[in-house]
Amino acid sequence: MDNAALYVLAAAVLFGVGVYGLIVSAHLMRKLFAINIMGNAIFILMVAVAGPIDGAPDPVPQALVLTGIVIAVSATAFALALMVRLYQETGRATLADDNGPGNDD
Amino acid sequence: MTTEALALIVFVPLLVAAGMVVLPRSWLGLLIRIGLLPLPFLLLIPTMEVVDNGAYRVVLAGHDSPLGIVWLLDPLSLLMLWLNVGITLLVSLHASFSFPPSDQPARRFWPLWLILFASMNALVLSADLFNIYVTLELVTLAAIGLIAVEGKPAALRAAMRYLLLALMASLLYLLGVGLIYGQTGVLDLYLIAEHLEPAWLTITALALMIVGLLIKSAIFPLHAWLPAAHGNAPGPVSAILSAMVVKVSVYIIWRLWFWTAGDWDLDSAATLMGILGGLAIVYGSVAALVQQRLKMIIAYSTVAQLGYLMLLFPLASTLAFQAASYHLVSHGMAKAAMFLAAANILRSVGSDRLSRLAGIDQRLPLDVFALALAGVSIMGLPPSGGFLAKWLFLEAAREQEAWGWLVLVAASGLLAAAYLFRVLAVMCLHPRRRLRSDRRRRAPNLASVAAILLAVGAIVAGFASAPVLDLVAAGLPPGLAP
Repeated sequence: MDNAALYVLAAAVLFGVGVYGLIVSAHLMRKLFAINIMGNAIFILMVAVAGPIDGAPDPVPQALVLTGIVIAVSATAFALALMVRLYQETGRATLADDNGPGNDD
Repeated sequence: MTTEALALIVFVPLLVAAGMVVLPRSWLGLLIRIGLLPLPFLLLIPTMEVVDNGAYRVVLAGHDSPLGIVWLLDPLSLLMLWLNVGITLLVSLHASFSFPPSDQPARRFWPLWLILFASMNALVLSADLFNIYVTLELVTLAAIGLIAVEGKPAALRAAMRYLLLALMASLLYLLGVGLIYGQTGVLDLYLIAEHLEPAWLTITALALMIVGLLIKSAIFPLHAWLPAAHGNAPGPVSAILSAMVVKVSVYIIWRLWFWTAGDWDLDSAATLMGILGGLAIVYGSVAALVQQRLKMIIAYSTVAQLGYLMLLFPLASTLAFQAASYHLVSHGMAKAAMFLAAANILRSVGSDRLSRLAGIDQRLPLDVFALALAGVSIMGLPPSGGFLAKWLFLEAAREQEAWGWLVLVAASGLLAAAYLFRVLAVMCLHPRRRLRSDRRRRAPNLASVAAILLAVGAIVAGFASAPVLDLVAAGLPPGLAP
């Protein structure tokens, strides 16, 4: 098994862990962790699948992943702020037992 | 000249939004005007460019793709720009009433509003897959911030659920982008087609991207987040979410489908997309029929109306393209009008439960009128933009002898009529109506005027269709051009 395949495999495992976490955990913090793990799996994959150009690594995926990390950080910060606000308003940091979409006014 | 104009269309609202955060509060009213009012005039320059030359490619700051930012202005992106500018300006008229610059929430609302506006302009212009990802994230985060801007628990929960799904959708899209770059080494939306072969890996990549975009556009069965988010957001926000935000991701699916995979044999996948659209129409309409709150009815109506945009995939002809684009325009105006009217009713009555709305037509005649007028277009009654779009869909289906789609489009108008007449009957014909006849009429204000203008726009679209239809016909994807 060469290096690229190893990275792709690692990315696939991480992505699976992320999807699992997103589905089974109720707490929003854990869901955010899960989404970040999925994101990192994709970043690993993007760097791994782009082949080298003339023996040197292709700079484009590195630049894309860097931008992706910046976006992931800001989205996570925003989600955390929203979660804290939700906790302050409702006393819970889960979405679990609300009374269905739109039924609370 | 065109390059500068396009750059200003994106960067003026963006810079003004930044200015709102740092400059003193007394400047807010002025800044709102600076950020919005010049846009229609700026847009005239790209319009001239498209009329003269058809399409225009912008390489921002001289950095070409894959590392720079490349935009493509063509007839379809021009149509989306005009739609976004027009609807945002009219809804802003309402927002200047519901979020007046002197109030505290205005400082949270207006910067996000302008960021959302600017990022949708950038999204429809983007010509490479990664830029689309970045602008999609901007659109989503700004939209979710706007849903939560009033801080009500129901809206916060809806925003959180939307955010989790939208982040997952973005990741699916990004995964597809990564796989395609790994295959081709190209990110340009309009150059990938030459490098892509319909092999398993590329099909998987495109499928991942499209599923991600379907979640963001709330196409059945991935619509679950939409009704709560659109139904609990503040009025102007619901309007722009239903009129524009879900549509721009459908627009990106069109771009991927017809521009990058235009010459592939996608018949069965196209039928699947059409079936999803059909299910969306039926499910959304039936769900709208059983809702108890006006804004939820309108939100489920959006789920249904988005289904029409999916019929473009199986029909795939010049007529179908015109029909779907025209539906985008007329539904955008009609749905924005409905949400604004509903917001005025909610503000005035204190609730939007149908049981509380009996006889409301005497107190709020203008808003009920706007609601009914927009309803005419949503039901597809002549003469309205909605009628014309449905008529074009029927023509497109007849032209290809696709009788199943023809029956679906013809029958779906009845479903829309059912849920809208249920609302209008309660408002105008309820037996309890007479008991309330002594209520004072509320003076019409700017908020009602905005709703009326949009509703009238949706009706007028039934008469003044030629420029839009010609524009769409000039901007067909390479595979469909006659």
